[in-house]
Amino acid sequence: MQVKQLSSVQGRRASCVRDRLDGGDTEGEYTLLRNRVSKLAAATAAGAMLMAAAACGGSDTKGETTANASSAPDAAKGKVGLAYDIGGRGDQSFNDAAAAGLDKAKDEFGLGTKDLSAAPGETDAQKEERLRLLASTGYNPIIAVGFAYSAAMKKVAAEFPDVKFAIVDDADATGPNISNLVFAEEQGSFLVGAAAALKSKKGSIGYIGGVKVPLIQKFEAGYVAGAKAVKPDIKIQVKYLSEPPEFTGFNDPAKGKTTAQGMLDAGADVIYQAAGGSGGGVFEAVKGADAMAIGVDSDQALTADKAVSDVIITSMLKKVDVAVYDFLKNFVAGDVKSGEARYDLKAGGVDFSTTGGKIDDIKTQLDEYKQKIVNGEITVSATP
Amino acid sequence: MSTFLDRVFGRVRLDGVMAFVAPALAVVFALLVTSVVLLIAGHAPVDAFTTLVEYGAQPRVLVLLVNLGTTYFLAAVAVAIGFRMNLFNIGVDGQYRLAALIAASVGGAGLVPGALNIVLVVLVAMLVGALWASIAAVLKATRGVSEVISTIMLNAIATGLTGWLLTADRLGVLNGNAIGTPPIPEDAHMPGMALIPGTPMKINGFLIVAIIVGIGYAVLLNRTRFGFNLRATGQSEPAAVASGVNVKRMVITAMVISGAAAGLIGMPELLGSSFEYSLNFPTGLGFTGIAIALLGRNNAVGMALGALLWAFLDSSSDALQLMDISKELVDIMKGVIVLSVIIAYELVHRYQVVAAQRRVSHELAAPAEKEGAAA
Repeated sequence: MQVKQLSSVQGRRASCVRDRLDGGDTEGEYTLLRNRVSKLAAATAAGAMLMAAAACGGSDTKGETTANASSAPDAAKGKVGLAYDIGGRGDQSFNDAAAAGLDKAKDEFGLGTKDLSAAPGETDAQKEERLRLLASTGYNPIIAVGFAYSAAMKKVAAEFPDVKFAIVDDADATGPNISNLVFAEEQGSFLVGAAAALKSKKGSIGYIGGVKVPLIQKFEAGYVAGAKAVKPDIKIQVKYLSEPPEFTGFNDPAKGKTTAQGMLDAGADVIYQAAGGSGGGVFEAVKGADAMAIGVDSDQALTADKAVSDVIITSMLKKVDVAVYDFLKNFVAGDVKSGEARYDLKAGGVDFSTTGGKIDDIKTQLDEYKQKIVNGEITVSATP
Repeated sequence: MSTFLDRVFGRVRLDGVMAFVAPALAVVFALLVTSVVLLIAGHAPVDAFTTLVEYGAQPRVLVLLVNLGTTYFLAAVAVAIGFRMNLFNIGVDGQYRLAALIAASVGGAGLVPGALNIVLVVLVAMLVGALWASIAAVLKATRGVSEVISTIMLNAIATGLTGWLLTADRLGVLNGNAIGTPPIPEDAHMPGMALIPGTPMKINGFLIVAIIVGIGYAVLLNRTRFGFNLRATGQSEPAAVASGVNVKRMVITAMVISGAAAGLIGMPELLGSSFEYSLNFPTGLGFTGIAIALLGRNNAVGMALGALLWAFLDSSSDALQLMDISKELVDIMKGVIVLSVIIAYELVHRYQVVAAQRRVSHELAAPAEKEGAAA
């Protein structure tokens, strides 16, 4: 009733008719009524769900699957479960490389596969549940793509000792049934850094990273070291498109384009991008300025948009597809090794591409550097 | 007359049977729209809903739902405190992230032992959240800056600030490819509760905190003078001023309380699960909170149910994908549910107004004619 007093202060007519029309502002009933409404909402929701459940009872063939969610696979063996980080299949980058390895193994060994994508900003518990769901519905082996799964994998792998797990880009989650597929991104980046320095006419190059996280900084570290090995006084511009927890930098071609434009205006003539889906924008800017670009992860002279792919002189190959395929091949052969499988230059896990013949003139020099890294003559730091 | 916003935020309530019709309408409508979407995509809706319900009923998933719901509920309460006085704290997102990062560093430093550390971490988080929110509050009270604009901008600044702080030479520790604050010592982990049988997984201890916060919220708003002033300011600022409410002070107090509540959002994850603020720390919870506050119409019980529903939808994405149904269906369902709740309440409210008008005119007309006029 206090509200009614306020209303009269405000000069509103507080007749009983008006009160009724307003739906009644009586405060006393408030909590009780709202509680009843909310309870009803829950009851209705549950009721509707139940009706839906009951209605399907006759026609639903898998009506008995109460314990296992959804259609459980028929066989317990040879069903590969793969969990992506944010982005999932179709990001034309990291996740797609994993998908390529999965698809290849699927065709070759006749494996059943299922891949699940993550949602942005989820908790570790949700990642755990994704792996648990796969493991408990009979998927084996299970591959997690991305270091974000580290903590989740460690926990879930311990709960399912009979299931083989693999995690890409993480060496922290260790266990008797976990294979860690890690890459020496800095070594491959060293070589394309050297290529950039050798190819640059102005002695000025650029690096564009997607998101400033340690993983992407490995690319920067290698690139800068490689360029400086060739030309110690080279000018290198380094920029990241976003800072964590903002992960848009991996999927913002427009920002990639303006950032690259800025570098080109400041004198750079070779730009290396490790920015996932933003890379297309970088290539566009480079194409407009008639400069050179270096691709990342896959051979982007082949995979990038045809309109811009001719500016790509080389790409730093990070063979996630090979790592995933190898793991599955070993699984089929019953020969899975737990622990770290390091895909470096020596193992052919990282490399540079020569598609288009644009770096044929410097290939011997690059091969020399490659040999030195493989021999251990040059050690490339993973931090900038 | 009440405004549309008054009705959306649950400041105006429905009478009698109508109060039951609105949520029922919303649920039926949401199920219908989702079914149509499923049919268009070539899936059997009944199968999909059955699988989701079966999935959600597993003990392991129930634990996940309750834990996720706890976090979502805290986010909704933080948002709702502002909503009830027409204060749109869009900055809950930045407030909880900054609070969690700084609280995690303080906790990781292990300044005090055991349970005291838990208390310290929570207090630091609430303090940081309140301070960050107070920037927008002071700007609004002194310069009249819209809190919507300032909090959105403060979100972006919080993102930049946490990014800058979470580097190896500041608060972060490099850990393989991940970077995070030093882990909080084991004696300061919030103990879990094994409430749900059939799974070794435990309910986060912060469920109790969330329940206390929910009760506190309801009591504060409905049973205290401050709560009355807050609601009155939300309903009619001139009326509140006329009755002696210091609106500027209300703005600052409400915003600070909202920010302090926002500081709690990250705590279940930080003290009950991850024990560090890393690149993996959940983001966007502030915006989830806005949706749930709308869904629960700023009522504590309503928001609790909304939080559980939201948690259920969020975790059903994997079960959907196993059935080869796109996970985007979850986003469609969320959007449809929020819209249906708003539309259903508005429709029922309007129907009620018209019905009441009819009844009144009927009553007024009655004495004029001996037999009464037909409606």
